[in-house]
Amino acid sequence: MNSIKRRFKRTTLESVIFTTVNTIIMLIVIVVMLYPFWNTVAVSLNNPQDTLKGGITLFPRKFSTYNYETVFGNRLLVTAAVNSVLRTVLSTILGVVVSAMIAYVLSRPEFLWRKFATRYFLVTMYVSAGLIPNYFLIRDLGLINNFLVYILPGMVSVFNVIVVRSYIRSLPSSLFEAAFIDGVGHFRCFLMIVLPCCKPVLATIALWCAVGAWNSWFDTFIYCSSKESLTTLQYEMMKMLAASMASSRSQDAIYSAGQTASNLVTPVSMRAAITVVAALPILMVYPFLQKYFVKGVMIGSVKE
Amino acid sequence: MTVLKSKLNMFMMSLQRKLKPYLAQKSLFFMIIPWMIFTFIFSYLPLTGWIMAFQNFRPGKGYWRSPFVGFDQFKFLFSEPGFWRSFRNTLGMSTMNLIFSFVFAIGFALLLNEVKNTYFKRTVQTISYLPHFLSWIIVCGLISSILSSSDGAFNNLLMWLGIIDRPILWLGEPKYFWWIVAFANVWKETGWNSIIYLAAMSSIDPALYEACEIDGGSRYRKMWHITLPGIRQTILVLLIMNLGWILNAGFEVQYLFGRGVVMDVSETIDIFVLKYGITLGNYSLATAAGIFKSVISIIMIVTTNYLSGKIEEERLF
Repeated sequence: MNSIKRRFKRTTLESVIFTTVNTIIMLIVIVVMLYPFWNTVAVSLNNPQDTLKGGITLFPRKFSTYNYETVFGNRLLVTAAVNSVLRTVLSTILGVVVSAMIAYVLSRPEFLWRKFATRYFLVTMYVSAGLIPNYFLIRDLGLINNFLVYILPGMVSVFNVIVVRSYIRSLPSSLFEAAFIDGVGHFRCFLMIVLPCCKPVLATIALWCAVGAWNSWFDTFIYCSSKESLTTLQYEMMKMLAASMASSRSQDAIYSAGQTASNLVTPVSMRAAITVVAALPILMVYPFLQKYFVKGVMIGSVKE
Repeated sequence: MTVLKSKLNMFMMSLQRKLKPYLAQKSLFFMIIPWMIFTFIFSYLPLTGWIMAFQNFRPGKGYWRSPFVGFDQFKFLFSEPGFWRSFRNTLGMSTMNLIFSFVFAIGFALLLNEVKNTYFKRTVQTISYLPHFLSWIIVCGLISSILSSSDGAFNNLLMWLGIIDRPILWLGEPKYFWWIVAFANVWKETGWNSIIYLAAMSSIDPALYEACEIDGGSRYRKMWHITLPGIRQTILVLLIMNLGWILNAGFEVQYLFGRGVVMDVSETIDIFVLKYGITLGNYSLATAAGIFKSVISIIMIVTTNYLSGKIEEERLF
């Protein structure tokens, strides 16, 4: 069929022009998407003083790993990185298990509170108390300057619950019937059937949870900004960006103590290095897992 | 006495009968009730804080002893020019975001759909939604270096093309700000938003394209007369649903770049709340502004969900 179609297809001039123009547009898209990041990597690997002269585009002119040495030699930034990793791992594991558990219960047609519970969770997707009431709640719960504030408030994600629920519903019901006839309880059914069967969708929401946790900074800013040992990488990045925005002389050297003039780290170079460090985990897993990233979009879009 | 006993017995039996179905699925309840309590604490309990908006709230006094002032906070809020400015900015920026992200995502999906080489197509697509996963903080960092007036790539490009003869301070001029926000959104989300359109396009009946080909339709015509109408419903539903989120104009770009003279056009409701609530400690006013935003959002979302549901129904039947 395909070969017949190809034989009958006329390659007109118009079609050739269309393909060429389209390919050029797509190449421009690739450049626009990649260049900012590529450039940042180049700057981060360039000698900081040399960067100030300008003109770094695709490749470092004077190669140096000095920026990275500074980043990893800075105790605060290492703490931040450790906290970011910790919160990401913990909130991903908890987020996935909790979402799956709620989704399983809500997917059981015989569950007596199914309608009520579904609405109960759905409402929270639309109604949010807002910044100030949430702040007082967190304060009253004693979670200010507490690592748990990174994990607890976002643990139940209703959107993820709905995504997993739609997936469970799409599984053949005979699977569950067989298990129940064999006398398996709901809890074991969840552990032995639902979790293994939902691997693809759980991978998807795990990635969403992980990306969300890794990328968030606002909770650090609002709840933990007075405790340095709880800082996160994105928050440090934000502070740096804010500082360089605030001072018009953004080229002031920041870490001047004990450094030679030729090797002084500048905010521009430092920021580039932190950007790379903060984006690296995502860029590393991205090519391998992007199909999972995308899969969930389709599942999520058929909700309700 | 015996009557009472038998009545009690009957009551116990009927209670048992009523509870039986619940007991039969106690493990289901066991699995969900802890999370319902959890959700109650983190999502429902803070709603009691809305009481602050009707008080002259002092943190030392708490909700119970702070004096009630009725709607005074709202009256003050609505007479505050800064609030209306932030409302205007929020609406303006999110409307621009909405229009641009739709146009670019649909356009990109249409063009990508015409790429016949599968490998190239997949590469472009993979690269295009990469920025979606980077945090806004990182994206802001990239924007600030690209738009930098000293050696920023965008200024260099424009100067090389001869469009401008000296660098423009993009982030320091109020008139560019909304455009920067809009294009930052386009850069970050176009690829991601296009996924759903591409999926809709793949479900268009190929017979339509063949018919068009037999009639001598060019690729451009196929795109315009078959692909675009084919995803019309999807576009409409997404557009309506996105309208529900119209008061969310984003936060990071405005927060980080909204300094100095730019503040007039960058301050959104969220930033207004942050400024009054956390920085100035005027909790009641900030909560009132938050409620204003929440209530409008909820009305918008409920309406738009209802409308999009109607449209989907029409498509199904």
